[in-house]
Amino acid sequence: MKQFIIFVRKEFYHIFRDRKSLLIIIMMPVVQIILFGFALTNEIKDSNIAILDNSKDVATAEIIHRLDASRYFSVARNLNTQKDIETAFKTGKIRLVVVFQPGFQQTLLHTNHAQVQLIADATDPNTATTVTNYATNIIRDYQNDLNVLVATPYMIAPQIRMLYNPQLKGAYNFVPGVMAMILIIISAMMTSVSIVREKEINTMEVLLVSPLKPLLFILSKAIPYMFLSLVNVSTILIVSVTLLEVPINGSLLLLMLEALLFITTAVSLGLMISNVTASQQTAQMISLLGLMLPTLLLGGFMFPIESMPKPLQFMSNLVPSKWFFIIVKNVMIKGLGFKMIWKETLILLGMTLFFLSISLSKFKTRLA
Amino acid sequence: MPSIAVENIIKKYGSKKEPVTALDDVSLEVSKGELFGVIGPDGAGKTSLFRILTTLLLADSGTATVDGFDVVKQYKEIRNRIGYMPGKFSLYQDLTVEENLRFFATIFNTSIQENYELIKEIYVQIEPFKDRRAGKLSGGMKQKLALCCALIHRPSVLFLDEPTTGVDAVSRKEFWEMLKALKQQGISILVSTPYMDEAELCDRVALIQSGKIMSIDMPQHIIQKFTKTMWSVRSAEMVRLLNDLQHYSNTEKCYAFGEFHHLVLKNESGGKDEILQYLQHLAHHEIELHLAQPNIEDCFIELMGNNKS
Repeated sequence: MKQFIIFVRKEFYHIFRDRKSLLIIIMMPVVQIILFGFALTNEIKDSNIAILDNSKDVATAEIIHRLDASRYFSVARNLNTQKDIETAFKTGKIRLVVVFQPGFQQTLLHTNHAQVQLIADATDPNTATTVTNYATNIIRDYQNDLNVLVATPYMIAPQIRMLYNPQLKGAYNFVPGVMAMILIIISAMMTSVSIVREKEINTMEVLLVSPLKPLLFILSKAIPYMFLSLVNVSTILIVSVTLLEVPINGSLLLLMLEALLFITTAVSLGLMISNVTASQQTAQMISLLGLMLPTLLLGGFMFPIESMPKPLQFMSNLVPSKWFFIIVKNVMIKGLGFKMIWKETLILLGMTLFFLSISLSKFKTRLA
Repeated sequence: MPSIAVENIIKKYGSKKEPVTALDDVSLEVSKGELFGVIGPDGAGKTSLFRILTTLLLADSGTATVDGFDVVKQYKEIRNRIGYMPGKFSLYQDLTVEENLRFFATIFNTSIQENYELIKEIYVQIEPFKDRRAGKLSGGMKQKLALCCALIHRPSVLFLDEPTTGVDAVSRKEFWEMLKALKQQGISILVSTPYMDEAELCDRVALIQSGKIMSIDMPQHIIQKFTKTMWSVRSAEMVRLLNDLQHYSNTEKCYAFGEFHHLVLKNESGGKDEILQYLQHLAHHEIELHLAQPNIEDCFIELMGNNKS
């Protein structure tokens, strides 16, 4: 036990005395979350829209007010004729024009069915889709509010239902993704590098020639970095709740436990890497290329897995991050309980045990 | 029972088709409390021998015991009772002197206090810097600290692989004095070095070259076995002198040795005058020529020549 404590303490000395690396480890998740959450977001804010209101009644006024009040739109112009629409788009400043039919409210109240035309500037098709989606949702909101009071429902817009993320917030996808990526990098890379460093400076030879048990060695290497990774999980969660306004809908305890499981997976991958490498650079390269790239490409948060070719879809099943990504999305965003993620948890647990048993059995008690 | 017994150890590296022999049928014995030196140039196989004895490598054939325990079957026993300082051992650079020592003490299931007596004489020299990081110590101090770390659990056999490489002359001398003191404590020491002058400080030495042991004996005996007459020669033009002497028909061997060239003749009948005559004939001036006392290095070169032929 004494051996274990002093070894863990030594690892923390290494971590805390290397100020630059420590700063990188602590700040990396914050910077990445902010980058992905704000700078690289595909969310569109404060789009200028124009209104062609042929009805000018209470209902249209309310819808226009709601559009303007949302953070996605600001009403820049009111148009008078159909011709004005084209001129408005030609300025390049207007992303969307909302056209109300004449007698909008009357039609709605009598036939229960009214139409709103959403014309988007489709030179940028992605933005156009997003913008029309936002508008559709706002209009549907209004329609729902109306329908609370009446028996026969009013219909305004086509039904497009977007689950869980009605505002198409980009951060919802990025938080679980960044979490998976950070944990893989920190846990796997740091663990492997710290073991390989012992080989590089020849202290490994002395440790091998000591009564220290291999299991104790591996544990003392893993635990400091598991702790550090948990700190990272906490910062990611704090930043995403406070800055990105992504709530934790499910159980925080369950989320932390699942994160701990994934950290263990990453650490055991790091142990495996350290078994086959002899220099810190190689360990770093393998961790980056072998773990970070699959996480980014096949983890499911950058590119949707469903739209990949079949062989890649199959390969993505071998990437632990994919399963962790699903778990975090389900627990954190959808607020689901353990019942809904036990399969993914079991897969992750199996992978962890597999990697751990390999790295333990391959641990060399001699040099060659 | 000898502290270390090595019998017919063979170790090869590389592929089966083109193996590189690191140790070729090596046998030696180190008795209790002996300071035994393994002397040889880089690549002679010293480190391989050390790693086999410290249970870090497996030999291809042959057997070895340390403290009576087999290095393959009973390696765990050995790991409990030996001290090992690998070559280029650099400790933890970002830990202080005291932290390094405490770490290794605890890893070996002991404490600094328990065996302080053993390392006291060495440790007092670095104790003023105990809060300094190991990376900021001088080379000599690092070696002293490394030695303390290897000794802290009072090993019965101490393995030091090139402990004085890269250390200044004064620290080297101090280091060897420490080893002598440790010997008094009954610790057997196996030490390797590429420096021939350090051989004379060991009780017995093994001269090793290309994986083969050429001679095992007390340093004095090895020198005594060198029965040929040896000359030291110097002149104003050292490079030309060496070349001329090597082409001299009566030269058996001539090589640079510090400020002089060492010369062994095939036939001593002509004596000093014959050499002088030859050199003066070749217009060398400021010639200095006298009989030299052979040392271990001369013996090593002599043995190397015998091995090749």
